[in-house]
Amino acid sequence: MTPNLHLWLIPVLPLIGAAINGLFGKRFSRQTVSAVALGFSGAALLLALWMAAQFASLTLPHVELLATWIRAGDFQVDFAFYLDQLSLVMLLVVTGVGFLIHIYSVGYMWEEGGFYRFFAYLNLFMFFMLTLVLASNYLLMFIGWEGVGLASYLLIGFWFTKDSAASAGKKAFIVNRIGDFGFLIALFLMIKHFGSLNFEQVFQSVSSMPAETAGAGLLTAIGLLLMLGAAGKSAQLPLYVWLPDAMEGPTPVSALIHAATMVTAGVYMVARSHVVFDRAPQALMVVAIVGTLTALFAATIGVCQTDIKKVLAYSTISQLGYMFMACGVAAYSAGIFHLMTHAFFKGLLFLAAGSVIHAVGGEQDMRRMGGLRRHIPWTFWTMTAATFAIAGFPPFAGFFSKDAILFRAYSSPYGSWVYWLIGVFTAFLTSFYMFRLWFLTFFGEYRGEMAAGEHVHLASGSRVAAAAPHEHVHTGIHESPKIMLIPLVILAVLSVCGGWVGSERFHKFLSPALHSGVTAYSPEQVAAATPAPEPKEQGGSETLLTGISVLAAASGLFLAWLLYQRRPQLPQEIAQAMGSFYEAVVHKYYVDEIYAAVFVKPLIDGSTRILWHGIDRDVIDATLNNSAEGAREVSDAMRHMQSGNLRSYAGWIAAGAALVIGYMIWMGTR
Amino acid sequence: MVPLSYYLVLSGILFACGVTGFLIKRNIITIFMSIELMLNGVNLSFVAFAAQWHALSGQVFVFFVMVVAAAESAVGLAIIIAIYRTRETLNVDRVNLLKL
Repeated sequence: MTPNLHLWLIPVLPLIGAAINGLFGKRFSRQTVSAVALGFSGAALLLALWMAAQFASLTLPHVELLATWIRAGDFQVDFAFYLDQLSLVMLLVVTGVGFLIHIYSVGYMWEEGGFYRFFAYLNLFMFFMLTLVLASNYLLMFIGWEGVGLASYLLIGFWFTKDSAASAGKKAFIVNRIGDFGFLIALFLMIKHFGSLNFEQVFQSVSSMPAETAGAGLLTAIGLLLMLGAAGKSAQLPLYVWLPDAMEGPTPVSALIHAATMVTAGVYMVARSHVVFDRAPQALMVVAIVGTLTALFAATIGVCQTDIKKVLAYSTISQLGYMFMACGVAAYSAGIFHLMTHAFFKGLLFLAAGSVIHAVGGEQDMRRMGGLRRHIPWTFWTMTAATFAIAGFPPFAGFFSKDAILFRAYSSPYGSWVYWLIGVFTAFLTSFYMFRLWFLTFFGEYRGEMAAGEHVHLASGSRVAAAAPHEHVHTGIHESPKIMLIPLVILAVLSVCGGWVGSERFHKFLSPALHSGVTAYSPEQVAAATPAPEPKEQGGSETLLTGISVLAAASGLFLAWLLYQRRPQLPQEIAQAMGSFYEAVVHKYYVDEIYAAVFVKPLIDGSTRILWHGIDRDVIDATLNNSAEGAREVSDAMRHMQSGNLRSYAGWIAAGAALVIGYMIWMGTR
Repeated sequence: MVPLSYYLVLSGILFACGVTGFLIKRNIITIFMSIELMLNGVNLSFVAFAAQWHALSGQVFVFFVMVVAAAESAVGLAIIIAIYRTRETLNVDRVNLLKL
């Protein structure tokens, strides 16, 4: 028996909230706006929890049809919603973390202009994100996918009078277009070859196809194109550049959209399409390599950032890389597990960072913080929990998920010790830069304004974020209000306990969704088809691997303590010793500059010189302007006949008459 | 009998005098008289042809022209008086407001 759960209500509730606040919010008081926003997102959370409670009695996957959307011949797309273990996890993460961040935002944004606008956008984001995770076909998913991109754009550019915010919004939107292009082409391929976009039908068709172990084919193409889409949305190499800039948005937005939920949509999409990826080992390998490289790449950049939010942004990219690494070795459940724990601790890290920024009056440069531990104890303790979680210390949440990923990266039939090695090194870097942030922010002496002159050479490369203009001026460092602290505490509890379900139990819970409906592509087949490494023994090595990753995290902590607590001069000396490599890392490997030189500048120059100057101005406009100019000049010449002088008129008449008579005579004499 | 060409030459001379006067004179009254001169030059050619070809229509045309000319002079003189009243001059070169 499958009861009707009215799944459509979950996304629609925040939409109603967005509509009310967006249309009428201007006249509402702040209290009313917050009540509407919190009410509707909270209702979505309650509904999601109620559904989780009903979950045991459902036959999965549970599909509910709301309405037919597109019907053309045999092709049909519906407004239909799809609930299985995977979307349930996403649903709870999105509504849960989303609701907490809504609460936090009430406190964080209270003093800001455009309060109602912020919450309208935030609810709109919830609507699209829930559509994305609940969609039962790729097209509806794509609607959500684009919608969250729109919400992200609107919220990054929330302070649109700030030039950097406006252009960061544009950058995010445009970079995402490249990924969406890949996604869209993948959808077209599916329509062409499977005649449907419904998950069930597509997976049914795919599962009857053989695995493309010998050579790349249709499934590999679809897989790679989907990965391109995922790379855009989830900020993977080479499309990650928008995410650090997206930090121009308000901090709750960074927490909700650019850490906890939207950027993980790519991971969700890859996991959702696991049927395709399972049969396309090459595509899977690309996913793993991209994820691994991104994790390492972003982590190294994160080490040298000085803006507290930028560190977290690169950390997010790096953690997303982990998730893709997991998906790439077909350990989807590990990836989703990390997605969930990451949503807790990274959401918390951003919210706590927001609380720190709030406390020091809009300062984002860590070099001008320090010693905040005593002033903002709640923020300090919650942030500590999140830092230990992301660094992967047991028993915090991040330990379990990261350990699952690293173990699977090594032991999966698709895995390799290379992934594992890079993963462990990245874990070390993660731990190092997170504790660097922790020490710089909360320990030592408050450096306030004095620090500005001392570290000038360090500041040369990274953009030192000036105090945001929107922040009101504080007098003295102070703890955030309770409404901001409550979400912090809840998320801190989740960051500590969130991993205790254990990756095995989580895997068992998710496995129907990640293997249902189709006959799984068994590891033996892969091992037979690909040159797999020699069989790895399971039991003993897992403990060893876990030990090594914990050791990596601990050494990161130790190094950060050594460099930023014990001997604060050392970082500069190391930086000088590293020379040009350090410069490159500080400048984020010059990726933005390279993109600007290779893609942006030729495009702008080409558009300017050829399309604008060449075609538009010199051909189209010139034709019009010249003919108008010609008419004007001829008229100008003729104008002088109209002198107003009676006798000149008479002269013209006489001359004309003479001409006519002359012509007639000439005609007559011919 | 005086040959037709004599009349026509005289008619041409009268018309040319009228055109010349119209073009070179500045006084509106003189210009007006030049118009009458041109009309009468044409009238002369009409009656000359009428006599030559024994066709009365030419004679009738002349009466029409004279009637129209009389009406025209009445209107024209009225305009001239109006111009003089407003502009206090009869010099056409100073009546040149109607231009671009």
